[in-house]
Amino acid sequence: MMIKQLHKTFFTLTFLLTLSQSLLANDQINLFACEPEWAAIAHELGGDRLNTYSATTSEQDPHHIQPRPSLISHARRADILACTGAELEAGWLPVLLRKAGNSKILAGQPGYFMAADHVLLLGKPSILDRSLGDVHADGNPHFHTDPYRLQQVARALTETLASVDAIHADEYRKNLSVFISRMNQAIVRWTLQAKPLLGKTVIAHHKNWLYLENWLGLEEVGMLEPKSGIPPTSMHLSKVLSQMKQTPADMIIYASHQDSHAAHWLSNKTAIPAISLPATVEQGQDIFQWIDHIVDKLTKPLS
Amino acid sequence: MVRKALVIAALCAATFNSYPVFANDDIDALKRQLATMKQNYETRLYALEIGLKQAQLKANLANVKSNQVEKAMVEAKSNSPRSTQNSFNPAISLILDGRYASYSNNPDDYALAGFALGEEAGLDQSGFSVGESEITLSSTIDDKFYGQMTLAFSDEGVEVEEIFFQTLGLSDGLTVKGGRFFSGIGYLNQQHAHAWEFADAPLIYRGLFGNQLSNDGLQVTYLMPTDTFFQVGGEVGNGTNYPSSGSNSGVGSWSVFTNIGDDIGIESSWQLGLSHWEANHIKGRESQYLGDSFAFDGDGEINGLSFVYKWAPRGNPKNRNFMLQYEYFQRDEKGVVASDLFSSSYRGEQSGWYTQAIYQFSPVWRTGLRFDRLSSDNSGNDLMALNTVGLLDNGHHPERLSAMLEWIPSEFSRIRLQANHDNSTKKSDNQLLLQYTFSLGSHGAHQY
Repeated sequence: MMIKQLHKTFFTLTFLLTLSQSLLANDQINLFACEPEWAAIAHELGGDRLNTYSATTSEQDPHHIQPRPSLISHARRADILACTGAELEAGWLPVLLRKAGNSKILAGQPGYFMAADHVLLLGKPSILDRSLGDVHADGNPHFHTDPYRLQQVARALTETLASVDAIHADEYRKNLSVFISRMNQAIVRWTLQAKPLLGKTVIAHHKNWLYLENWLGLEEVGMLEPKSGIPPTSMHLSKVLSQMKQTPADMIIYASHQDSHAAHWLSNKTAIPAISLPATVEQGQDIFQWIDHIVDKLTKPLS
Repeated sequence: MVRKALVIAALCAATFNSYPVFANDDIDALKRQLATMKQNYETRLYALEIGLKQAQLKANLANVKSNQVEKAMVEAKSNSPRSTQNSFNPAISLILDGRYASYSNNPDDYALAGFALGEEAGLDQSGFSVGESEITLSSTIDDKFYGQMTLAFSDEGVEVEEIFFQTLGLSDGLTVKGGRFFSGIGYLNQQHAHAWEFADAPLIYRGLFGNQLSNDGLQVTYLMPTDTFFQVGGEVGNGTNYPSSGSNSGVGSWSVFTNIGDDIGIESSWQLGLSHWEANHIKGRESQYLGDSFAFDGDGEINGLSFVYKWAPRGNPKNRNFMLQYEYFQRDEKGVVASDLFSSSYRGEQSGWYTQAIYQFSPVWRTGLRFDRLSSDNSGNDLMALNTVGLLDNGHHPERLSAMLEWIPSEFSRIRLQANHDNSTKKSDNQLLLQYTFSLGSHGAHQY
């Protein structure tokens, strides 16, 4: 099966084909999103005007991505780069940009968009020291779990789209207002649905959910990682376990791309439900369906 | 009221004979029913209104909240420190690399049958040593250039490992690099040694490049505008770097290479590389054999093939991943080998490959196996002399089997234990290496 695929890949790799590909006229705007959430928002704003590509999936940890050949070739043809910023992609994006040799998506260009530049970040460390784990100097970069911030990012991204593709600026702005009002309605729906979550306590694997917790009124009482970005150790977990035996949290949450062993171990020992949440928009979902899914998963054990 | 109702009732009775005549009690019941209905209706209306108000309140709150956030953002932005000279300092990253080595043979007697070894290509000293610690300063220079310098520290002193500028998006897919940099040939060659999966270089890298091929010159690469990664590149150099040597006023060495790669589904990716290197005026290239030094003058060319395959479950390498790597190089040299004691014509045909498999089975543990094999067919008019400097393999094909286990507590630290069964010469050597690699300072980015 794989050999077959490999053969197929080799066959498609003829010089003629590559030439004809490059000659094919394409008036779509190529948008290279580092994470699926920005691809999803861009799709809401640009629809078929944009050819969006997401460098990562919800199954991957955006901190740890290898600048694979396919990512480089996509970055090379991008008109717009839409990423989180705040050092989330520090381990791979700089290499990608240097290898891609694409002037349109370099810092300072209209096609360079970092979502973190347009929202207020929480969890900015007061001490910058690696003994505290993989800390992000600018603050916690997982802000896409807050729909208000998603709206702010959408507003800013619209201006980026409008400046790169000025002819269709009105279309992007029109789509933005539709998106904002749909989001407003959805926020009311989610907030009402998530009412029972107010004041509930959670243990999280990684600081992925800070903004979600803030929004829905969840209280984080512990972490499975001993330090941010450091995989759970048995020593730390036993500490969390004794803490949970004294004052049990209401739920354990972890992202579906994270190692589930620690969460399940703690869940088995304490009978606290462990909930796997998609860290970002999954294949075939839009951004609304993704948050629907998260709110459903969080409220289910309580109903 | 009652009368009216009675009148209506009477009228009804008159009109529809079958219609019953209401008694007083019935009317009271009807009234009560009506009142209850009204009350129910009002309660429901009230509930609806409350719901609506709540929703409005929430929406307002949401607006207020988003306004607050926006305001805070503006404040945060205006509060951020004004740029000072220091904020333009280059990013600094420091790699601390040290090791403990133990060999069953004397490392000073190390030789590679059929290959002349360059200065740096021997074994590390046994016991503790501070390996190759290095410091890298890097920064974008302006909107057009990026610059980087890497200094390596060892007991021999400080060495400029890399010092180059590179264009940033010069034109679509075109990149120019100049200065001293690791050549783009092969796969491992462009990576810094601390990023390698084993503590030492593959034997073929040791034999041909003195561990790693560096180039003082220019490099141009072009990335095709295709879905499949397709890069072509070329380099010219001054030809002073091993395996070339001597001063050249013009181009002393040149190379061309191409790399092709793609994904297979979301879990796998691969890259295939072909490369060619050539130097036509090699002068006085020094090599060592058991303490004796000799020199080579002549021409040389190298052809290389590399293949890498990587796999990660669901495309997420953080917790588990697998990597398979293979590289083959072949070198032809023609010229003269000479020392104080002899001089001989020389024709060298050397080749070798290594293959390695690395498996990360948990977020903090990784293990791997590597196998090296070389062969050579060297000749000249004074075979006796060539034999005394180790250039004849006498039927021995150097081989080495290596195994390693790594503990990676975080992405900034790594402890590695490696064992080699080394048959570089007929006398096999068992080698044990314990290596630490720590990454300090700015977040280093990793290559594929």
